Amino acid sequence: MNVRLYVWQRATAAVMAPLVLGHIAVIFYATRQGLSAADILARTRGSIVWAAYYGVFVAAASIHASIGVRNILSEWSPLTERRAGYLAILFGLLLALLGARAVAAVVLS
Amino acid sequence: MIVRQMKHRDSALWIAALVHRLSGLALAIFLPFHFLALGLAIDSDARFESFLRWTDQPSVKIAEGGLVFLLAVHLLGGLRVLAIENFAWRDGQKQLATLAAALSVLIAIGFLTGVF
Repeated sequence: MNVRLYVWQRATAAVMAPLVLGHIAVIFYATRQGLSAADILARTRGSIVWAAYYGVFVAAASIHASIGVRNILSEWSPLTERRAGYLAILFGLLLALLGARAVAAVVLS
Repeated sequence: MIVRQMKHRDSALWIAALVHRLSGLALAIFLPFHFLALGLAIDSDARFESFLRWTDQPSVKIAEGGLVFLLAVHLLGGLRVLAIENFAWRDGQKQLATLAAALSVLIAIGFLTGVF
């Protein structure tokens, strides 16, 4: 892993740490209350706060996960560094795309 | 010779690094499915509701408990790494890694007691 990727991975980890804590709190709240889809969507739809929170979360997770996958592929698979890099970029783009779609699904009315 | 080369694998900190890597990999594999499930709300609220009711099954709840453990252990293990890299060295890293794993188990148990 080069320095640039190392810094990106650590920076996105630092951004995500409080977001993950908040996400665990949300998971506990939603599951203990037994929230229905209507309950959840009533809270999230049209909310700029939820859009920003999960928008940043998806962006950081996509970058962080793709760098992690690249490290694992280059160290544990027979792939060359270059191929591992390409696959990791594809994976990161897939995560960003699906994540943005998921945020849009629960935030846009 | 091989036994000597594998000796480091008995270390709690080597196991902590492996747990951090494997939990991250498992979360990375899970994420696309998580996003697809949330994306069901784009099609219709009813499809999203139907998915949520599917998650009421005990086996799915237990699997969710596992995911909560993975998320917590990856977070706490990652915080330990960030602390090592950015602050002055502290002794007791093995104890901290063990504490992170124990706290993650407690968080997962807390989740499971809430949903059952």
